[in-house]
Amino acid sequence: MAVLERPSPPGEYPVVVVGSGPGGLQTSYALSRLGVEHAVISQDDSPGGMFRKWPIYQRLLSWTKPDAPYERTTRAYEWYDHNSLIADEPELRATVAAEMDRMYMVPSRPEMERGLAAFAERGGVQVRYGCRWESTRRDEDGYVLVTSDGEYRCRAVVFALGVTDPWKSPIPGIEEVPHYAETPVPREFEGKRVLIIGKRNSGFEIADGLEPWARQIFLVSPRPVQAAVLSVATVRVRYFEPLEDASWGGGTFALDAAVERIERTESGGFRLHAQGTTRPGEITLEAEAAIAATGFRAPIQDLRELGLGTVGDGRIPALTPYWESTTLENVYFAGNAMQGAAGLRKNGVGSASGTVSGFRYNARLLAQHIAKRLGHKLEWQRLGRDEIVPFLVEQLRGGSEIWTQKGYLARAVYPDGTTHVLPLAHFLDHCEQGSIAVTIEMNAEGAIYPVAYARAGEEIDEKQLPPQHLNDFTGGEYRDALESLL
Amino acid sequence: MPNGEDLVDTLRRFNLFADLDRAQLEAIADPDSERSFAAGERILRRGMSGTGFYVILEGEATVTLGGEELNRLRQGDFFGEISTLLDEPLTADVTADTPLRVLEIAGPRLEAFLISYPRVMFRMLVTEARRLQEVLAWRS
Repeated sequence: MAVLERPSPPGEYPVVVVGSGPGGLQTSYALSRLGVEHAVISQDDSPGGMFRKWPIYQRLLSWTKPDAPYERTTRAYEWYDHNSLIADEPELRATVAAEMDRMYMVPSRPEMERGLAAFAERGGVQVRYGCRWESTRRDEDGYVLVTSDGEYRCRAVVFALGVTDPWKSPIPGIEEVPHYAETPVPREFEGKRVLIIGKRNSGFEIADGLEPWARQIFLVSPRPVQAAVLSVATVRVRYFEPLEDASWGGGTFALDAAVERIERTESGGFRLHAQGTTRPGEITLEAEAAIAATGFRAPIQDLRELGLGTVGDGRIPALTPYWESTTLENVYFAGNAMQGAAGLRKNGVGSASGTVSGFRYNARLLAQHIAKRLGHKLEWQRLGRDEIVPFLVEQLRGGSEIWTQKGYLARAVYPDGTTHVLPLAHFLDHCEQGSIAVTIEMNAEGAIYPVAYARAGEEIDEKQLPPQHLNDFTGGEYRDALESLL
Repeated sequence: MPNGEDLVDTLRRFNLFADLDRAQLEAIADPDSERSFAAGERILRRGMSGTGFYVILEGEATVTLGGEELNRLRQGDFFGEISTLLDEPLTADVTADTPLRVLEIAGPRLEAFLISYPRVMFRMLVTEARRLQEVLAWRS
């Protein structure tokens, strides 16, 4: 049998990407398109390793609609497919949609994994599999990554490792409670009372899966489920059944309580002691099974010792609008950890960077940002003066970047007529006089509307435009508003 | 996080939250509400709407108006409340001087937050009174 040569051996590269999930693949694809030399290393043996483990109960949370008003090979179709990676070549688009068996609107884990593998293969993404990143140190001009295959020197490094290390909140006794990642098949919970510590996505995913089996389910955490988030998030499907059962006073309880301690009972079960938060008072619960659905953290290994700043109780790297560490220059994150850059969060609405649908666009911009820093000259589309307003209203109608990353990404046009997408925060702080940018935004009530920004001396001129029943922002009112800002 | 201190331990040392018990602090200390900024990064921008209320967990920031420094903010200080409470665009810029971590209460949630924790509202009011007093003293 011929021995295949593994790509990207240890050595010196301008950029090293660590990880072969959706974030790593999308970043590598985008870097290649810009002609940026880089290595991709992954400890897994094929793309999308996470989808061989999680989610526990098989299906993803974000939708892919196999048939939509636009053909799958078009850019406009991206809006209907939140799981496929994005590409310039039609044959690389909608690779997850092509795998769907149409039983559900959300792909199963194997469908997602196959879709990613198809993208990597057809896109020619070269990954050195079976190469584990072990430690990191600074070098004169960048970083050295020590791996199981040897040392990689680079000026910039992109960690695309997901947010995949099981994490438990510091509750006395929680070490006795299995983490979400260790949850067995639902059948194991037949007839049992189950304590779930955590009321976020993973907690409700488990609760949803256990509804047909468990005798009773108690979800416990200090903060109430955010009804406002549920009304706009694609993840809400997991919350429906457990919350419905709870609201009718059935066998499920979603309790707002700060857990003080957890102990084992003589019969091998669990006893939980808590203090109510939304409704004060002592709570004691007993159950035969317990699961710590307390979340995950980014596997940042020794980066903290190197000075990596974090958010989310130390779980997520703290990032600038262009996804660079706020404390380590030239250390970038791609994929799910991009949520460490919160953006402006106007009206409390966050970015979509914690999901493939959002971070696939970020990866393209990250590649552009790195290319620019490395001295590559980027070529942007250039518009004539009369083309600017028609182009912008077209973006407001169907620009998938600004529609998916509402309030985080903006479409900008500069005084020389060049146009590209970038993080809104970056535009606001660095744009020159005569530049204009548009976003799609949402308020706390769920209304969707465009916003235009222009620099007016020291101040930002922010113009919020009205919502429209069919989200059609191409009419005269919108054109006139944009024209007046130019 | 300095010395592995968790969010609850940080918040309990602040004057604003001094009256809250552990369960209440845990309810406030939502890790998803933690924001971080690089030194030199802007947090609030004059003229912008829809922002929130922020409490500094770690680091320092400066409030400026047209390039003129108005105030320095440190750990435990809060900002953003005027624009949020009045539902009007921001009147000044706030920029991080050091790597900065803040706890954010999103604008649309501030009213419900203050009503849920009247002791926090009272302490906020006392701080606002002091700020007003300083301005009046400076003017006289």
